[in-house]
Amino acid sequence: MSPLFLIFLLLALSSAAYFFSQRRMLRQVRNANVARLSSLPEHFGMLGAIWAGAPALLVYFVWLIFEGDILMAQVLAILPDPESMAATRELLIGDIRNAINNPMSYQMANEEVRMAADRYQELSQTATLALTATCLSVFAICSALVLKFLTPQVRARVRVEKIIRGFLLLCSTLAIFTTVGIVLSVLFEASRFFQTVSVIEFLFGLEWSPQMAIREDQVGSSGAFGAVPLFAGTLLISFIAMLVAAPIGLMSAIYLSEYAPAKIRAAVKPMLEILAGVPTVVYGFFAAITVGPALRGFGQSIGLDVASESALAAGFVMGVMIIPFVSSISDDVITAVPQAMRDGSLGMGATNSETMRRVILPAALPGIIGGLLLAISRAIGETMIVVMAAGLSANLTANPLEAVTTVTVQIVTLLVGDQEFDSPKTLAAFALGLTLFFVTLVLNFIALYVVRKYREQYE
Amino acid sequence: MDITETLAIPIPEQLDSPAVPDQADLDLTTVGDFTVPDPRMKIRDVNVFYGQKQAIFDVNLDIGSNSVVAMIGPSGCGKTTLLRCLNRMNDTIDGCRVEGRVEMDDKNVYDRKMDPVLLRARVGMVFQKPNPFPKSIFDNVAYGPRIHGLVRDRTDLEEIVHTSLERAGLLDEVKDRMDQPGTGLSGGQQQRLCIARAIAVSPEVILMDEPCSALDPIATARIEELIGELRKNFSIVIVTHSMQQAARVSQRTAYFHLGYLVEVGSTKDIFTTPKHQLTEEYITGRFG
Amino acid sequence: MNPTKQIVSGLARRQRAEKRFRLYGLTAVVLGMAFLLLLFGSIVANGYKAFTQTYIELPIYFDPAVIDPSSERDHQTLFSADYWKLVKTAVYQKFPQASGRKERRELTRMVSEGSAYELRDQVLENPRLIGTTQHIWLAADDDIDMLMKGYIDRNVPEDERRLNDRIIGYVDSMREVDAIERRFNTTFFAAGDSREPEQAGILGALMGSFLTLIVTLLLSFPIGVAAAVYLEEFAPRNRFIDLIEININNLAAVPSIIFGLLGLAIFINWFGMPRSTPVVGGLVLGLMTLPTIIIASRVSIQSVPPSIKEAALGVGASRMQAMFHHVLPIATPGMLTGTIIGMARALGETAPLLMIGMVAFIVDPPGGFTEPATALPVQIFLWSDSPERGFTERTSAAILVLLVFLIAMNAAAVYLRERVTKRF
Repeated sequence: MSPLFLIFLLLALSSAAYFFSQRRMLRQVRNANVARLSSLPEHFGMLGAIWAGAPALLVYFVWLIFEGDILMAQVLAILPDPESMAATRELLIGDIRNAINNPMSYQMANEEVRMAADRYQELSQTATLALTATCLSVFAICSALVLKFLTPQVRARVRVEKIIRGFLLLCSTLAIFTTVGIVLSVLFEASRFFQTVSVIEFLFGLEWSPQMAIREDQVGSSGAFGAVPLFAGTLLISFIAMLVAAPIGLMSAIYLSEYAPAKIRAAVKPMLEILAGVPTVVYGFFAAITVGPALRGFGQSIGLDVASESALAAGFVMGVMIIPFVSSISDDVITAVPQAMRDGSLGMGATNSETMRRVILPAALPGIIGGLLLAISRAIGETMIVVMAAGLSANLTANPLEAVTTVTVQIVTLLVGDQEFDSPKTLAAFALGLTLFFVTLVLNFIALYVVRKYREQYE
Repeated sequence: MDITETLAIPIPEQLDSPAVPDQADLDLTTVGDFTVPDPRMKIRDVNVFYGQKQAIFDVNLDIGSNSVVAMIGPSGCGKTTLLRCLNRMNDTIDGCRVEGRVEMDDKNVYDRKMDPVLLRARVGMVFQKPNPFPKSIFDNVAYGPRIHGLVRDRTDLEEIVHTSLERAGLLDEVKDRMDQPGTGLSGGQQQRLCIARAIAVSPEVILMDEPCSALDPIATARIEELIGELRKNFSIVIVTHSMQQAARVSQRTAYFHLGYLVEVGSTKDIFTTPKHQLTEEYITGRFG
Repeated sequence: MNPTKQIVSGLARRQRAEKRFRLYGLTAVVLGMAFLLLLFGSIVANGYKAFTQTYIELPIYFDPAVIDPSSERDHQTLFSADYWKLVKTAVYQKFPQASGRKERRELTRMVSEGSAYELRDQVLENPRLIGTTQHIWLAADDDIDMLMKGYIDRNVPEDERRLNDRIIGYVDSMREVDAIERRFNTTFFAAGDSREPEQAGILGALMGSFLTLIVTLLLSFPIGVAAAVYLEEFAPRNRFIDLIEININNLAAVPSIIFGLLGLAIFINWFGMPRSTPVVGGLVLGLMTLPTIIIASRVSIQSVPPSIKEAALGVGASRMQAMFHHVLPIATPGMLTGTIIGMARALGETAPLLMIGMVAFIVDPPGGFTEPATALPVQIFLWSDSPERGFTERTSAAILVLLVFLIAMNAAAVYLRERVTKRF
């Protein structure tokens, strides 16, 4: 019996419990044991199904989460000499898994791996049997309890609704758990990093070269973790992005909401939405393959030395990515200004642009600023464009034609690839992550607050 | 287009039909004399359409100098639509089309050469709901003179703002807090601020679209009093739901029904001896 | 002075300012559209040729001496035979003029190394081929492919281009007899990743994305809807609920890479879940998508007229019943719209997957949620890093496939939204 079948069996048993409980209540009523039911028969059914089925399902899922690792540990334990078989434990486990899942890999695998795979299969079968037995007995015990405790006097609807409500509440608290998870994970690893590198050095140091030397006598063997060049690079690229996105986004929102004929509006808005839906990896590719070389070529033709991974290329493409975001927020904010304001101004003989510049924009300013803050936060946290189109080496400069690196680029470079998890190099990524999270959090917080206040003003 | 956006554009009046008595013998040709001597504006054979739907049918009406014309009629009769034709505010509504002539100084305001900016400076407007800009009281009134370049320096501007507020009867109440936001005033004060704002550019005609419908009776009385004052310097067209208001503030009254101008005449005649059956029924409160 | 005259004197200037302002707006829109065109144009121009692939026709002699010397037709023997030798022999025969080690190696390099597997699969499927000679179309090496697609400039001096005159001569001679041609590139859709451009395909990445999205959907849709229902209908107004709402709004704007860090620290290092797998990727993307779905679902629930709920409560339904029987069914299309948009975003997301190691070089398409896999956007990222022109082309083609999926999903969302708008 496969685990997948078991879950269907458990679900089927739970539905049986549903119908059984429902019937039983109706029968008891008919037999005049009680005058009337406190709730609808369905509620008794649901309560019966939950009481009988939920514990078994819980056991099932917890079991499956841990089964693989436990079995693999046992398999590795019986192998005569696991260390000699593959470079790392992970690779060995990978080999065994391949042999289990793929007949072709099984045939090509060596003797020990095949043995391990066979052993795993055996254990797995036993485990599935044990799982089946456990789940079914849990179900049986719970069903007996249902028989004993589920009486017509139980206020089934209230209980069922309480359980559902609890489940709903649990689901909504996941957002808190996620935030807590982010904060804890980043904070924990970052604090380990700050045991080796001081906070001051990290925040104010001007040198960033996280490559730990292999030999003691190598230059910069200790690595340098001054993040200022990264912050500067991030700001430079975000600044260029906003220079592109803010005017184009805002002006196109104004044009679309105030000037464009309905037909153009109907055609352009979805196109901007497409621009917003394009994955960032695509923008990154565009920046690296098209814009970067084009800027470099253009620079050469006018005698400028432009790095092929210049901040300008990455910032420009990031700006293009943010245009629809700025435009859609500005559009929301501008249309939220009541029509009466427009009428008032136009009725005085103001032109459209005067109305826009002197009445609507000042009125919408808080909302627009909030939107721009959100856009900046997005630019700072954007990863793929800069990973693909910005530089890797830390370079403290304000020249947009040079290559700079950013916080997100460094996080990716430090964490992608195989390395031991405890080195300051990988932990530094979490320190950067903490900084990034904190900065974007503050920006978002201010922006959301400003936008909310703005919305309330016109509601 | 997004449905919410469509709804955001206020269509001046619902176009649903009101209860109509005796559909069969409706005669909707205008009763009474629509002309006046020395008119400020002339409406001639005006038809207005919202998309396919016609809202105004062949209306002829003169707006007299230094007098108040009231437009009355049941909801959906097109009075606000016609009012907005006079300074081309209907241009701002998608799908709205105006046929016929609206003349000012013998020139059609719908002429290609006519600039709505200039027209609206000469034909000011006060709206149903007070709509001061989210700026200071001073800046609200100074808005028109500033955009139209009517002043050379701050002294000029202050003078215009003061006179306008004074003429709107608001100066005494706000002279100590000119830099406070106009939105902080009471409803009646806001509406008078809007009137001050409108007269700051010295228009010749002021259009008022139910200016008191959002106000309490005391504020309403003040506005009505103000309209009586303003009449000395401006020509005023007022759309109102209240027959009493029309009777109190206007010299001439035009009664509209389903987009037709049914009857027009001196206010006294309309309210004492209405000639058209529909006018009579409306005035006596049989429907509306 | 007469105010009208004053106004008239300024009119021309004001109308010019108006026109200028309008022009700025129009320019902005045109620029935005131009960027969109440039983006799509450059990707299509780079990528459309990747949907074809150059094949070379070779008379392959399935030499029994090479494949199955003992004639036992044993699976293992057939499986591990040296099929590459068959290819080599065939090329040498086709171009006997090539002599010497170097020239012969050049010759064999014209054919994709994957051809050996192609021949192996044919033999395994039909052992009767052994001993016969078949004219078989085999994939050409990516350099030959690039030449056929016009990316290699023949006018460049010989030592600066990837193919020398001799090989170009071979290709031209095959062209004359139609022994080389471009065909639809099935490998691109049917294979996993490879170090060789001509053998690389997106099937593995597609499977990985699919499995990841299933986990994402299973996590974020039910929980998102449940959270939205709770917050809209049952949540008391207190500090705790405010905290939840603030959290949801903030999470929606947290950079995606942070979610990757979360996945790395919590799911992989703490829970010990397997690296590089769709299940971890799906969980991370699910947490990331959750706020989007909650927010969209709440908007959707809010848009149900309150009268419907009141009517249900009025006839004695509990709040739970009113919600589940009456409000939710009406709100479902709106929730689905939000979910599809969230899924589309998750499908295009790359950064968090890098963090949890879905960047590994994986040849075989994943068969399950716990097998190492990569995802389509990550595959794009990996290929974009490769210097070969063949990979640049395939990157663009993979982007086109990704965009087709995204546009289809967004179109579905728009369609659903339109249907909802029409009903109310």
